[in-house]
Amino acid sequence: MSDKIIMLGNEAIARGAYEAGVKVASSYPGTPSTEISEFLAKYDGVYAEWAPNEKVALEAAFGASVAGVRALSCMKHVGLNVACDPLFTISYIGVNGGLVIVVADDPGIASSQNEQDTRMTARAAHVPVLEPSDSGDAKEFIKYAYELSEKYDTPIILRTTTKLSHSQSVVELGQRIVPEDRPYVKNTDKYVMMPREAVGRHVALEQRENRMQSDCSDFPINRIEKGAGKMGVITSGICYQYVKEALPDADILKLGIVNPLPKRLIEQFSALFDEVLVVEELEPVIEEQVKSWGINAKGKELFTKQGEYSAAMLKKAILGRDDRAYKKASVPARPPILCPGCPHRSVFSVLKKLGLRASGDIGCYTLGAVAPLSVSETTVCMGASISVLHGMERAKGKDYIKDWVAVIGDSTFLHTGVNSLVNMVYNKSTATVIILDNRTTGMTGHQDHPATGKTLKGESTYAINLVELCKAIGVPEVYEINAFDYNGLSDAIGKAVKSDILTVIIAKSPCALLKGQTFAHKCIASLDKCKKCGMCLKIGCPAITKGSDGAIVIDGTMCNGCGLCVNYCKFGAIERVDR
Amino acid sequence: MNSLNIMVVGVGGQGTLLTSRIIGRVALSRGYDVKMSEVHGMAQRGGSVVTFVRFAKTVREPIVEEGDADLLISFEKLEALRYAHFLKKSGKIIVNDCTILPMTVVTGAASYPDNIIETLKSDHDVTVIDGNKIAAELGNSKVSNSAVLGAAARVIGFEKDIWLSAIEQSVPPKTIDINKKAFLMGYGE
Repeated sequence: MSDKIIMLGNEAIARGAYEAGVKVASSYPGTPSTEISEFLAKYDGVYAEWAPNEKVALEAAFGASVAGVRALSCMKHVGLNVACDPLFTISYIGVNGGLVIVVADDPGIASSQNEQDTRMTARAAHVPVLEPSDSGDAKEFIKYAYELSEKYDTPIILRTTTKLSHSQSVVELGQRIVPEDRPYVKNTDKYVMMPREAVGRHVALEQRENRMQSDCSDFPINRIEKGAGKMGVITSGICYQYVKEALPDADILKLGIVNPLPKRLIEQFSALFDEVLVVEELEPVIEEQVKSWGINAKGKELFTKQGEYSAAMLKKAILGRDDRAYKKASVPARPPILCPGCPHRSVFSVLKKLGLRASGDIGCYTLGAVAPLSVSETTVCMGASISVLHGMERAKGKDYIKDWVAVIGDSTFLHTGVNSLVNMVYNKSTATVIILDNRTTGMTGHQDHPATGKTLKGESTYAINLVELCKAIGVPEVYEINAFDYNGLSDAIGKAVKSDILTVIIAKSPCALLKGQTFAHKCIASLDKCKKCGMCLKIGCPAITKGSDGAIVIDGTMCNGCGLCVNYCKFGAIERVDR
Repeated sequence: MNSLNIMVVGVGGQGTLLTSRIIGRVALSRGYDVKMSEVHGMAQRGGSVVTFVRFAKTVREPIVEEGDADLLISFEKLEALRYAHFLKKSGKIIVNDCTILPMTVVTGAASYPDNIIETLKSDHDVTVIDGNKIAAELGNSKVSNSAVLGAAARVIGFEKDIWLSAIEQSVPPKTIDINKKAFLMGYGE
């Protein structure tokens, strides 16, 4: 039995970190990066935690590096924005034990609010970036990243993308080798970034960057693949696979490091061709630099800056041909929806009934913006629901926001929403904030957070009490209400929006998919009482549909018996009964 | 066989991911290079889900593109229709005889197409399997995907025992027997 197995890109990254001897990892969940930490937490000898946000996570990982061990922090592209404050200065300071930040970009926006390119951020922060092309690469590249981090005294970003993180390919397992802890030696010139010291470290940063720039043409993670000698392509990451599929005869320079770029290697390769193609998703990061060196290159003239690439798309752009014949059927869309029994549906149904609008946030409940609920009217980034509503009030006065609330999940609230709430308290807000407390980080697949009482390793810990937290920062009115207490929730929200007192309502009920959830009830419809009015369909529960005769049907395998629909039937045609 | 491009599609929560992983495991154990990919969208349930499994001597791209699939396995009829254009002319379809209305239909914004199976049959080689009925007979609604996999295994090939052992390694221990039974009923034994 060989030790070749199929691994998800994210699992391979975790495996590579384990083999590299990583001892500490601190991360915040975010699609498509989440599974890395979950896989890593299963290995003995690795301490892995969920931090409340990416800034805290990166700082914790940096602390572990300063203390002399290899450390890791994982996040999605927009998570790196949150961690930019430490990132831009850690690049000055450098590391003690190796420090790698895995950042997962989302070209195509499968589950994000934008498709920014981490390579741009990394260039601005002067942090080197490695980019693997499949699970096997991912595992080896992260190990190499630790060597580089320690050799060049710099944090390293391992950049992955959705297609790499969430595709599986074959890897060969290796042994875990833990390097000896590096002693911490007091060195304020390096570790204390006051102006004088920072001036010195900026010089060190530039020297390091120049050294790496001249060395990286010889890094083994770059590779030239000989082809027919007619077409030269420079590429990296998942795009390498698309190039191999679309252009099997092309000569390829596969870059393993994309910041800094291996200039000498690129010049050598390009000299063999009149013109080279640069294939990279999103921004023309490689292309613009290559062109600035006087190389005749083509990139975004042919390929888009938007979305994911594919072999077919490359063929069409380069060869001008698409020889596939297919006819797409016109079928109704099946957009994502809140699950049956989801507590968010109850809250949004109440908001809709009260005629309120919501300043929304990032989580499953972002779906509160879509039909038939259609309550949320803004979504920006983690924590923004609260601050955006505050800005509206300051712009137009307290009466303007009498039909607005902010909605934010429990994990998102603890991520950065709490800062925004502090601002509301400090600057005399009269708003209503609803914390949708489903006891988990839902959208990314059920990760624990500081209010759940469990760590990433599955150990019990103190659970932050959201009511006490809100009171402690000075919110005058705080209520905790069961998310399925339809009337109680209606009354509380109705009163709160009318009042001139800042109010937080914690609508609490666990995610219906959370492990260990049991359901004591189910809802059944009596056909003889159903007047076919369709009111119960307005809550958008996937378990409720119309039968061929127009009467409603409740799918017994989907229904969790939450009972929300019962509130919407005036004719008593839906009953909530024991299972 | 030299290579195969497979798509497994369905509605979030139907087990597409697990099914594609079992297929990948079988192909790997027969010495193929294997790549798979999955699309995670927002929320955990209810959306259209598509996963790709490719195996060959060497696989590059982890996805299957339009017009390039050999086999489409669908756990729901509308999803089979949605992705049928990914098939090659010679491509085959295994479809679960199951209807799940999307919210766009429930709210009246769209209507669920009639005669999906007939439409599919006019262009492709289609095998219909009632996985939900098999699952109901076995008393566990969750094993319908194993029944569908059984029908697909007939088309894909490889020895039956390899499939059974891949199921054994992939499903929760308590459900191994019932999943194997469902697989065999779908397989036709």
